[in-house]
Amino acid sequence: MSLIEEIDFGTPRSKSETMVMLTIDGNQVTVPEGTSIMRAAMDAGHQIPKLCATDMVDAFGSCRLCVVEIEGRAGTPASCTTPVMPGLVVHTQSERLKKLRKGVMELYISDHPLDCLTCGANGDCELQDMAGAVGLRDVRYGYEGENHVFAKSNGEINAAWMPKDESNPYFTYDPSKCIVCSRCVRACEEVQGTFALTISGRGFDSRVSPGMSESFLGSECVSCGACVQACPTATLTEKSVIEIGQPEHSVVTTCAYCGVGCTFKAEMRGEEVVRMVPYKDGKANRGHSCVKGRFAWGYTNHKERILRPMIRERIEDPWREVSWDEAFSFAADRMRGIQTKYGRDAIGGITSSRCTNEETYLVQKLIRAGFGNNNVDTCARVCHSPTGYGLSTTFGTSAGTQDFDSVEDTDVVVIIGANPASAHPVFASRLKKRLRQGAKLIVIDPRRTEMVESPHVKALHLPLMPGTNVAVMTALAHVIVTEGLANEVFVRERCDWSEFEEWAAFVSQTNNSPEATAILTGVNPKELREAARIYATGGNGAIYYGLGVTEHSQGSTTVIAIANLAMVTGNIGRSGVGVNPLRGQNNVQGSCDMGSFPHELPGYRHIAGDAVREQFEALWNVKLNPEPGLRIPNMFDAAVEGTFMGIYVQGEDILQSDPNTKHVVAALSAMECVIVHDLFLNETANYAHVFLPGSSFLEKDGTFTNAERRIQRVRKVMTPKNGLADWEVTIGLAKAMGFEMNYSHPSEIMDEIAALTPTFAGVSYAKLDELGSVQWPCNEEAPEGTPVMHIDGFVRGKGKFVVTEYIATDERTGPRYPLLLTTGRILSQYNVGAQTRRTENVVWHAEDRLEIHPHDAEQRGVRDGDWVRLKSRAGETTLRAEITDRVAPGVVYTTFHHPDTQANVITTDYSDWATNCPEYKVTAVQISPSNGPSDWQKAYDAQARHSRRIAPAEAAE
Amino acid sequence: MSPDRLIYMANQIGTFFRSQGHDKAVPGIADHIKKFWDPRMKRAIFAHLDAGGVGLEPNVREALTSLKPATSLPAAP
Repeated sequence: MSLIEEIDFGTPRSKSETMVMLTIDGNQVTVPEGTSIMRAAMDAGHQIPKLCATDMVDAFGSCRLCVVEIEGRAGTPASCTTPVMPGLVVHTQSERLKKLRKGVMELYISDHPLDCLTCGANGDCELQDMAGAVGLRDVRYGYEGENHVFAKSNGEINAAWMPKDESNPYFTYDPSKCIVCSRCVRACEEVQGTFALTISGRGFDSRVSPGMSESFLGSECVSCGACVQACPTATLTEKSVIEIGQPEHSVVTTCAYCGVGCTFKAEMRGEEVVRMVPYKDGKANRGHSCVKGRFAWGYTNHKERILRPMIRERIEDPWREVSWDEAFSFAADRMRGIQTKYGRDAIGGITSSRCTNEETYLVQKLIRAGFGNNNVDTCARVCHSPTGYGLSTTFGTSAGTQDFDSVEDTDVVVIIGANPASAHPVFASRLKKRLRQGAKLIVIDPRRTEMVESPHVKALHLPLMPGTNVAVMTALAHVIVTEGLANEVFVRERCDWSEFEEWAAFVSQTNNSPEATAILTGVNPKELREAARIYATGGNGAIYYGLGVTEHSQGSTTVIAIANLAMVTGNIGRSGVGVNPLRGQNNVQGSCDMGSFPHELPGYRHIAGDAVREQFEALWNVKLNPEPGLRIPNMFDAAVEGTFMGIYVQGEDILQSDPNTKHVVAALSAMECVIVHDLFLNETANYAHVFLPGSSFLEKDGTFTNAERRIQRVRKVMTPKNGLADWEVTIGLAKAMGFEMNYSHPSEIMDEIAALTPTFAGVSYAKLDELGSVQWPCNEEAPEGTPVMHIDGFVRGKGKFVVTEYIATDERTGPRYPLLLTTGRILSQYNVGAQTRRTENVVWHAEDRLEIHPHDAEQRGVRDGDWVRLKSRAGETTLRAEITDRVAPGVVYTTFHHPDTQANVITTDYSDWATNCPEYKVTAVQISPSNGPSDWQKAYDAQARHSRRIAPAEAAE
Repeated sequence: MSPDRLIYMANQIGTFFRSQGHDKAVPGIADHIKKFWDPRMKRAIFAHLDAGGVGLEPNVREALTSLKPATSLPAAP
């Protein structure tokens, strides 16, 4: 194994299909039109010296090191900014060029410290490389003159010197090493789209400046790491590299945070991670990253990680560390005991959307075949289960229709109930790039999110009242149909015409018009009409949506309404269009694909189907139960009722993430065996009898499937700190329960998945190693996978229009609870925060805050930063207020990353009609000033502390 | 399971299908419950139906009445 070196071509790839032939250093080179001479030379294997050019950003032409000679042209043009032309004859090395380059380097080095041996970039410094490349042997100017290098010059304070900025927890900015190539500034603009950096001053005074000469942490910087990646010197360097040194080998793997599924190189020294660097060939991220994947992996060796199995008789007891075997047999005895006492259906489990496909598949297999029932569910229940229902009803598949590259061909982007800038940051950057090129953006969200207004991006924002999605979607359809904007040709060819007619008649009713529904939705009818017209007529229209769509009592209806909109405008079946659910967790798509839902086997096939079930029965050698099992909320209800008494939870904190915490507590307390399999003693573990330590994504092999259906390898870079990879833990538990599963490597599990699942038939580790990744369906018809779905027709045959009547949720505001609470995420934290709270990311977000409009705050005497009591019909909690007009009057907002806030004490039992996906996004609340934590919070904290005690190990004999 | 919660859930399903008209709604509701409810939920709602089915919307009641004979559930443990 060695360090994977990616070739830097200097300038971005040209997409042109016209080819141009030229001669470089005597070799004939053929490249696409629009390619720079620098890139063409690199293509031919000739590296022209360069400093300010790198292929992640456009050419800039400032360093003058990449000069070349072109026959018949005067002077020495910069090869980065000079495009190829047919028949050019280029020379990259000559006496004149050598002299020029040496002169340039001499000037650079005259204002650069010569502490190479102790420098953080030693071994990875382009300035050093270029000094070597041009043969620099002497700096005639000396180092005593005006400079940025020394704090003092000739005994005087040097005003041009700036100290290191170490404010960012993950990287340092050392201005004394800066060559002002501006690669960082351009990466921030072109790749990330934040525009946090600039060059202040001119000439010799030019400095890289975060914001208005602020610190990195104090500026708009979102710590994505693009600037650090772009920097050719030690100016911007990962603190981990400064601390540890340069990595010696690297392994390509997949990030374990959100559903974007960025590909990273884990750069290692032995079994220690030095840094995670986004991989250019990653098809989801194309070399970009965010603060979580790039930097926030410290949780994997956090001191709170539990590395030994633990058991206890009662949850009031302290934990007792035991061997794996003892833990397995304790758990197995309890689970089998429950089945003997309460019946076969009295136990179940939850697969993890953070674990690999292979691990998820094993957990559902254990439950269906080992437990003998179908009581298996996954966290998708509480996030995207309505997507599964809605898209399979209308299109025939439970997944997004596009790949992320598709956004490059999009003309109109509609974002509904999602905030990619916070929750899917790398996709947001790719989207913003397209928006800066001129694509239009419509945002439908109660809150003015970061997507609505950002540098060079201005959306048409429809700020709707929480809970009125269906009314808004149907009103958009009303405008499209009644104004004659429907794509009749597409609908006639691809969809069921009579269902369309029925639907069109429904949406055309006056009570569905934007004017009639405005009173419910709060959306300006004129703006809604404008949005509908832009989407229907503006070219390629793509819809991206998130949990603001699904987590409602009408979540499935909204997904159906979105599918209707895409069909009626013909925005399906080619690049640039489509319906794209932005998946929350890294493998939530995969966990759904792998048969985690109680009613379906892997590949979304209903358990009642005899033919499919028999296939599994034959291979697994057991009889399967044809009746669907319990969904998560049903499990809780059944537990309280006394018919569901044992649960195996892999990698999911149901207590913190599921709604109505008090109800979840009651359910967990009622159970006789709760097995938690996780990295940390999470909140659910407070009610657990068995704790099985988990392994991080760095410690195992497997695959994740991201939001674009892309199956990507996760590769083991270190031995599991807990001793076993998660798939081995499940096998151990199964064995103790008398159900043998024999696999020696996750690739064998994938082979079984491929053998049983038609959409995965062509997937194997060998293929993934060869192609990097594939998007399912991957089978005989599509051996290299399927980037865009429904190209010639829908998977279900004809696209199905379904009538979507708006039905208000039963969660209503009233005199006692006059405000609507909605919830969401923030960039630096992830989900319940179990991972990110255990990293330096807490510097950006140390606690959950309640966003409240100034008008509502003033009425209640609440000032910015005050503690407030947040009370709903389900419960109450306290947190601090942030006064902002990002939310409309009548709406309040908070995040749910911190267990001491317990935002889910507030949320209710209401759920989606079709899937029981909880209605997180609408809760009627009241706010009042408060002095501090509520009684519930204090009691909860006391219980948690009590429950987390671990008994000291007994002395050895 | 508590019939109140199941009645609420069944009626919620009924409300979605309402706008499709009676003839599509009844089989739609029946199919949905058949596909997504676990045996103990089905048993409980059928028991409630047998006990008079108070609180069930007419379409839902009809759907459950049609579904019940077509469902063979393992006996409660």
